[in-house]
Order: sequence, then structure tokens, then C-alpha cells
Amino acid sequence: MSRTPTTLDLPALVTDPATRIVVCCGSGGVGKTTTAAALAVHAAEAGRSVVVLTIDPARRLAQSLGVGELDNTPRTVPGVGAGGGRLDAMMLDMKRTFDDVVHAHADPQRAAQIIANPFYQSVSSSFAGTQEYMAMEKLGQLRAEADRTGRWDLIVVDTPPSRSALDFLDAPKRLGSFLDGRFVRLLAAPAKVGGRASVKALAGGVAVATKVLDKLLGAQLLRDVQTFVAALDTMFGGFRERADATYALLSEPGTAFLVVAAPERDALREARYFVERLAHDQMPLAGLVLNRVAQPGPIGVDRALGAALQLTDGEESGAAERAAAAALRLQASVGALAARHRAALRGFAAAHPGVPVAVVAAAPTDVHDLEGLRQILR
Amino acid sequence: MTPSPDRVRLHVVTGKGGSGKTTVATALAMALARDGRTVLLVEVEERQGLAQTLDTPPLGPVERRVADGPGGAALWALSVEARASLLEYLQQFYRLGRAGSVLEKVGAIDFATTIAPGVRDVLLIGKVFEATRRTSGRPHPKGTPEHYDAIVLDAPPTGRITRFLSVNEQVADLAKAGPIHSQAGAITTLLHSDQTRVHVVTLLEEMPVQETVDAVAELREAGLPVGAVVVNQARAALLDEPDEVALLALADGTIDVPAVADAVGSVGIDDPQRVAGSLLDTARGYRDRLDLEAAQYDLLEQLGLPLVLLPLLPDGIDGGALAELADLLAEELDPEPDEDAGQLDLPENGLAR
Ligand SMILES: Nc1ncnc2c1ncn2[C@@H]1O[C@H](COP(=O)(O)OP(=O)(O)OP(=O)(O)O)[C@@H](O)[C@H]1O
Ligand SMILES: Nc1ncnc2c1ncn2[C@@H]1O[C@H](COP(=O)(O)OP(=O)(O)OP(=O)(O)O)[C@@H](O)[C@H]1O
Ligand SMILES: [Mg+2]
Ligand SMILES: [Mg+2]
Repeated sequence: MSRTPTTLDLPALVTDPATRIVVCCGSGGVGKTTTAAALAVHAAEAGRSVVVLTIDPARRLAQSLGVGELDNTPRTVPGVGAGGGRLDAMMLDMKRTFDDVVHAHADPQRAAQIIANPFYQSVSSSFAGTQEYMAMEKLGQLRAEADRTGRWDLIVVDTPPSRSALDFLDAPKRLGSFLDGRFVRLLAAPAKVGGRASVKALAGGVAVATKVLDKLLGAQLLRDVQTFVAALDTMFGGFRERADATYALLSEPGTAFLVVAAPERDALREARYFVERLAHDQMPLAGLVLNRVAQPGPIGVDRALGAALQLTDGEESGAAERAAAAALRLQASVGALAARHRAALRGFAAAHPGVPVAVVAAAPTDVHDLEGLRQILR
Repeated sequence: MTPSPDRVRLHVVTGKGGSGKTTVATALAMALARDGRTVLLVEVEERQGLAQTLDTPPLGPVERRVADGPGGAALWALSVEARASLLEYLQQFYRLGRAGSVLEKVGAIDFATTIAPGVRDVLLIGKVFEATRRTSGRPHPKGTPEHYDAIVLDAPPTGRITRFLSVNEQVADLAKAGPIHSQAGAITTLLHSDQTRVHVVTLLEEMPVQETVDAVAELREAGLPVGAVVVNQARAALLDEPDEVALLALADGTIDVPAVADAVGSVGIDDPQRVAGSLLDTARGYRDRLDLEAAQYDLLEQLGLPLVLLPLLPDGIDGGALAELADLLAEELDPEPDEDAGQLDLPENGLAR
């Protein structure tokens, strides 16, 4: 049984016109944003019209993409597009995205009312999962714009870091089910549906619950929630529907999920979780991006160490000999690291033989400019 | 050995996602659980990160003894759950035995724990707060210690930490009255006191360092006591000093590539030109990396906080690795008073006190 995984050809993936959406997911700090940006640059330079949605990019990367100012709108990246393509980049502003959703669906007066509601402010700026949810909302918006205007034929999305869960898959549902939650419905019910039988049956329990929560949290909070949900309810076809639409978009065949991972054993264990979860949800997984993999030098570890020893053996070894020996020793330790990375990859491949893998070499320093991004896919 | 009472009781460990918060929090708890001391390790994100790191079955909302230390020391651990804390609250304030299940039935418990992050955070930190307040003789969950010498919190990441710890401001706009509101006040007093330290874990890379600098500024702004910056996964020097000097000479062009090609050719390596070229690339990469790390280290030093370095352990984190990190942290906590102590001496608000 071969333990060598199939190769995932990233340039081919993003230049294939059938690929419409690429989603980069993975644990914190593995290189999701960098990978998303590099793929977007590559596709644009191959002639596609691309938009990349980044989440909290490193400051210098944001600056090189021209999105140093957070304004939630795609801006064309200067210096990309010699090949007839174009790259637009944006950085997600979750609060603003939420506000936009409200504005798009309510008349100005009502929108202002909702946006001023303290409960709304809390949810839109910090509900666990709001960032994930708004990333998916934004993806839906970008896709709608792409379909309407033909401005983009490829959308590359970055996701917030998540380890033990695919939060961006779950968050819309979580927020949706919260707002569609039974208690919220019941709270909002008196204002709308009046006396439906099913509601009446629970009314006693709700009255008790409301009293207790009022005491516990202060009466104002429940009132804020009530007005918030009532206001929201009249204008949305329910959060759940929006969440479902995004979810459907993600499972389309034109979508390609990439799980980005660091080449360490523990990190790959997490990557396996992502792979399994995507499979479980029948999301189109394109493969694993193994990022920052150490590259062995041109000669083997033992040979390099032996040569280094020989070079510094003689008393009268000169500066060039000493430098060569030092560089060989360094290559040997990187070579040992590279062997460990390969072993970690074999472990992954044994567990998931069907998942293609792209190996991305570790650059010596951080990647924060266009040239660095171009290097990544070489 | 009696633990000195004026030590920090609550260590909050934050950091960029994936930097090693859970690992460092666990190692720190192990380091504190020495000399007969009893320590509690807490997580609040219901991700079972501690159980994984400690290689122990999943933790629940009631603390469990997970390790024993020297001299009768004990490490307890717990995964705080907002729902369990809320039910505990209701029980405590309203003696809501059965009414609790009514609340559950109409979905009010789910509602209250997810409704507003502020409320959730109060419920989560409330449990930590309770543990810091435990003293002998006061009521505490059956079968658990009646006193903790120290509590270590595996906290949310840097991006969320200040908000998480600013429970007062968070609930002020939402829960305007009631026990949640007053609890938030008591918690705030503890968090701003001398008994608390917030430690930030980082890597020696651009983004984590930037996040650390931002987080420290935010924490200070909010009046929260910052402890140490833990530089985790620090790469051991790959070369000794003479080697490094020689390598940098190659990187800077002081030594030219043809001379290096001659040298490698002289020990019988094939295609010396190509190998010499790759050695030059290696040397330059190393120099760039050193420069980057030095620049990041400078930025951290400018924070004026104690810096604690923990090495990248090549085989990942298991029991032995945790013990190794705990030993290093213990050294920082209790610097030996010998000639070399100058190096280990921590400023006032370091890890220790
Ligand atoms: N192949 C690479 N070689 C060298 N450095 C890299 C590589 N890929 C990413 N990096 C660096 O690693 C750091 C983290 O990368 P990045 O921001 O893309 O990760 P992320 O997964 O988006 O992180 P987060 O979870 O915080 O969003 C950055 O400083 C980036 O420059
Ligand atoms: N000093 C170290 N040497 C080697 N590996 C380490 C070290 N510290 C942490 N790790 C590894 O790095 C990974 C991340 O560590 P950990 O889970 O502690 O980070 P975290 O900050 O808690 O992550 P999260 O943000 O997901 O909660 C783990 O796989 C851990 O085993
Ligand atoms: Mg990112
Ligand atoms: Mg963790």
C-alpha cells in the first residue's frame, strides 16, 4: 500500500474555470490568509477576475493588498493583472456587514432602531460566531454580485481560525437557531401571533422563565431582546433561511475547500478532524495544503554532516571552509526537520489516502508582499 | 513549606490562537503545583483542550484531580460550562430545584447562556471567581479542595481577552440589575487586583508579536494587570557562535560563492557549483530569519514586561514535554538565589508575585 498521497495541483485548481469559490480553512496561524491571498494572486495573474475576502490579515500583508484601511469593500490590488486578469481584495468588517444586512432589509427608520438596540450591538460585535457568520454572509453577497455583474469569476475566502470545530459551517446555524429558538419565539410571540394554542400551552412556563430571567439579568435585557427579535422578524425570511442558502452555496460543486495545516503531528491530527467534518457534511474538499514544509538541501543529512566535519578537520581551514561547513550543518538540521515533516504527512496520508495534498515550502521569513505570495505557489 | 499568602492567586493565560495557551497554562499549573500546593486549572471554551493536553478523559463542570505533584501537591482541572454555571446560580439564588427544569423546557436556559456574550462571560468567570474565594470552612462542592493556592485560567485568545475580562462594562449595558450584574462587579474587583496576572503567550513571528503588543496595550488601557510575555516554541539556536559568524559572512558576501564551491568540491561533493549556490540561499535565509526574530524580540522588550522563553520541543507535547516546560516555568517562579540570579530576577509584576 502506497503511503504517498496524490498531489494537489493548486495552480491548476484556481485557474480551472469550473472553480468558482475557494474556501481556506484550518487551525489558528497555519497560513489560511496567506494561502488565500497567494491563490488569488496566482489566479488573477493567470487571467481570472478574482476577489479575495480576508479575515484579520497581518498588517503588512493587508497593506500590500491595499486593504490596510478596513472598509468592507473590495478594492483592486495594484500591480496584479498583467495577464488580463484582476484581483480585488477586501478585509471583513463583521459589524459593518451585519449593519448592511439590516439596512438592506429594513426601511431607514426601522434599521436605525435596530442598530441602536443594545442587544443588537452586543450580538453584532461579539456573539460567538458572528465573525464566521458574517464571513459567510459576505461570501453570499460577493457571489450574488458576481452573478449579477460578472465582476468576478473566482471568489477566494479566508476563514477565522478554528480548531475543534468548523465554526464557519456551524455559526450561521447557531445564530439562526438562536434567533429562531423556542424561547425567543415565545418571547416575541405576544407581540405578534397572540393566542395560538401551542403558544398558550407553554405560556405558564414562559411566564415563570421570564420572571426568573428578568430577576437574574434585569428586566431591560429581555425587553431589548423582544424588540430586537420583533423588528428583525418582520423583515427577514428568518435567519435560518439565509444560513441555509449559504450552506447550499458551499456544497455546490464549483466550491473547493482547502484544509490548511502545519506539517506537525499534532497539527495534522486537527487537520484530520476538518477533513472528516467536511466529508460528513458532504462539502467538496479539494485537498490538504501542507504549509511551511521544510525543504531538504541537495545532499543527504549524513553526507552533509560528514562533509562539514571534513571541512573543519584541518587546523588551517579557511573562512570559505568554515562557512561551507556551517551552511552544511544548517542544511543537515533542516533536512532532519524535513524528514519529520514527511513522516507527519505519511501519517496523514495513511489515514486519508484519498485526500490530495499540496506541499508548500516554508519561506525563511514571513510572507507579506506580492512577490512573497507569488513565491508560495512556485 | 507554607505557600506565601501574598502570591498571585489567579493566572490568566492568553495569546494568539495556536500559540500555545493551553500548553503553557497546563505547564504553569504544573509548575505551581509543587511544595504541597493545590492548584486548579480551568478552561472556558468547552473544547476539552486541557483534557487533550493532559491526556485524561474529558473534564466536566466539577473539578477533578488530574495529577499529583511533589510533597502532596495536587492539580485539579475543570471545564467551565455556561449552562451548568447558570443552573448553579439559579439554585443558589432562587433555590430553583424544579423551576430549573421549566426554564430548560421552554428553552430559557439555552437562551440565557447564548443571549449575550457578556452574560455568558460572567457565568464562566463567575466559576473561576468562586474558586479563588474558597477558604477553609466555607461551602464548596463535595469532594473538592476547600482551598486553592493558585488558579490558572486557559483563557480566550488575545483578540477577545480584554472584552472577556471586562465583564463589568459588558454587562453594564445589558443586564442593568440583578445578581449577574452584582457578580460582575465583584469579579472586576478581583481581576483588577494584585491577586491577578494576565500572561500573554506569543511566538517570535510578526503576527503573534503584533497581536501581543496590541493586546498588552488594550489590557493596560483596561487597567488589567499584565504579568509576563511567554515566548513559546522558541527555536533553539541551530548553530554555535563560530558557525553563525562564518555563515553570516557567506550571507553578506564577505565570502564568495566560488570559494565555497572549491571548498565543497575539495571534500568530494558532486556538482559543487550547485551545492554552493544552495548553501548561499541557506545562509541568506538564516540571516533573514535571525533579523526577523531579533526585530520581533526588540518589539517585545519594549513592552517592559518580563519575557519568558520556552523552547519548541521537537517531538510535540506529551507528559514529558509538559514536565520539561513546567520545570522551566518553575525556575521563573522561584529563581534560585545564587550568583546567576540576576538573570532570572523578575520585575515586580512577573510570573511569580
Ligand atoms: N509558506 C510560508 N512560509 C513562511 N511563512 C509563512 C508561510 N505561510 C504563512 N506564513 C507566515 O505565517 C504567519 C501566519 O500566516 P497566516 O496569517 O496566513 O495564518 P492564518 O492561518 O491566517 O492565521 P490566523 O488563524 O491567525 O488567521 C504569517 O506571519 C505568515 O507570513
Ligand atoms: N513549546 C512547544 N513545543 C512544541 N509544540 C508545542 C509547544 N507549545 C505548543 N505546542 C503545540 O502547538 C499546538 C498549539 O498549542 P496549544 O493547543 O497549547 O495552543 P493554543 O494557543 O491553546 O491553541 P488554541 O488557540 O487553538 O486554543 C499544539 O499542537 C501543541 O502541542
Ligand atoms: Mg488569518
Ligand atoms: Mg487552547
